[in-house]
Amino acid sequence: MLVWSRSGRLVLWVLFALIFGVLFLAPLAVILLSSLADQWNGVLPNGLTTEHYTDVISGSAGRAVKASLITGFLASALALVSGTWAALSLRLQGPALKRLLGLLFFIPSAVPSVSVGLGLLVAFSHPPLLLNGTVAIVMIAHFVLISAFTFGNVSAGLARLSPDFEQVASSLGARPAYRLWHVTLPLLAPYLVAAFGLSFALSMGELGATVMVYPPGWVTLPVSIFSLTDRGDIFAGAALTMILVVATLVLLLGLERITKRATGS
Amino acid sequence: MSDAVAIRAPVARTESGKFWIVPPAALLALLFFYPLALIARQAFLDDIGVANVAEVIRVLHSRFFLNALINTVSISIAATAGCLVVGLVLALILAFVPFPGSGFIARLIDTFIALPTFLVTLAFTFLYGSAGMLNAGLMETFSLPLPPVDFLYSAWGVILAEITVYTPFILRPLLAAFSLVDRGQIEAASVLGARPFRIVRQVILPAAIPALIAGGSLCLLLTVNEFGIVLFIGAKGVITLPLLIYGKAIQESAYQVACIIAVVNIALSLGLFGLYRFAAGRLGA
Repeated sequence: MLVWSRSGRLVLWVLFALIFGVLFLAPLAVILLSSLADQWNGVLPNGLTTEHYTDVISGSAGRAVKASLITGFLASALALVSGTWAALSLRLQGPALKRLLGLLFFIPSAVPSVSVGLGLLVAFSHPPLLLNGTVAIVMIAHFVLISAFTFGNVSAGLARLSPDFEQVASSLGARPAYRLWHVTLPLLAPYLVAAFGLSFALSMGELGATVMVYPPGWVTLPVSIFSLTDRGDIFAGAALTMILVVATLVLLLGLERITKRATGS
Repeated sequence: MSDAVAIRAPVARTESGKFWIVPPAALLALLFFYPLALIARQAFLDDIGVANVAEVIRVLHSRFFLNALINTVSISIAATAGCLVVGLVLALILAFVPFPGSGFIARLIDTFIALPTFLVTLAFTFLYGSAGMLNAGLMETFSLPLPPVDFLYSAWGVILAEITVYTPFILRPLLAAFSLVDRGQIEAASVLGARPFRIVRQVILPAAIPALIAGGSLCLLLTVNEFGIVLFIGAKGVITLPLLIYGKAIQESAYQVACIIAVVNIALSLGLFGLYRFAAGRLGA
């Protein structure tokens, strides 16, 4: 214990509560409150209603949720396969190449998302690679942006893996493919699930690259939240934001449960 | 370790294994590095495809570009400084003056990493906007004719929102570093009469400096790249590089101008990424 006096501790806890309340708790609480607000002219809403939720659900929200979930799922699945593949095959490289390639796989996370979108527009707007205006270009943008995170998570998992299991398997005569499927990948499973969950969450909230490339028929949740608030319909925007937050949290908690059950802890 | 080397697969197998990296590397090259190279090429070509270097010089000297650059850098530095201070205070209390439920609170703050950044801006509109809770409260209490609080639609609004969103990125490495600090050392110092400030300065801070540098450079990178917060605040005076790229490409269809700005923005980001990798490497991560 750093501070022994009771009053000193109390002062610090009040300071903590103040910072936490203003910066983290108030924004979440106010989004929830405003998504349920009937009319809001004073300090607090005049009344509560679920009208905004029924409005957005009967309107564009259903399609936006679907677009976000499909984009998030496919982009994360592709990023998981490619990130795991890259992390595993990087182990077979010499140290110098391993360092360089490892760095290259991380670079997409450093480039601003708007520029990733701009690059895709410039590269894929002409035949033979005409993807501009298709759903595929949205998936590609999301894949590029989250690929570094899955690669990083899987690499971190691999680094923590004890090499003993694989060595025992191979000294017992297990072929590389058998060893990969029955030893390495099961040991990596918790990291794979965590990587998938994080990239899904990032994809659900992605805005910068999506606003650059999305076609009219494929409006994701963040884009439709922006167009609602831009039109001045901030209460509907708040309701849709709550839907996005709940969907993201349910997804992350669900995946965490699966991992815990699978690892038996 | 020598046993491990002895059991290792024969050399021939690892040689052929080198090619397994090709598919994911090729995918990334096609979908990321090729478009990136085209941005650099397009920066020197006008929208019909003719070389136009004069435009590069014009844009780099233009007021809108320089304003956006200054905005981006100053907002990023201010927000990172804020994140470092807030993150350090929160981490010190969470780690060394814990209270019932502090573990849960730390996890709650951590989930902010997964939430979309514009959520905070939208919330700030309800809290601090001209018709928001704070202004309504102040106007009612002091019967003021006009909303007194007016920082949201300025750089300060962006900075406060970014502090909220990016403090968890400082908190996470700091809490990891603090969990390694020897509690016995702190107790001993405190029994010997050292005051808390002195313990923080002489025992705790030296352990936290690598985490602060790594977290701080990550914050610089993320705040330079931030788009959602600035877009949602939508203040005319607060245009950053990512927002300018979006405006030029999508709203004005001026692709060469957008590419020129993107090259500068990407170079800035890659520089900060190098700084972060260097700092994280020194940290041993």
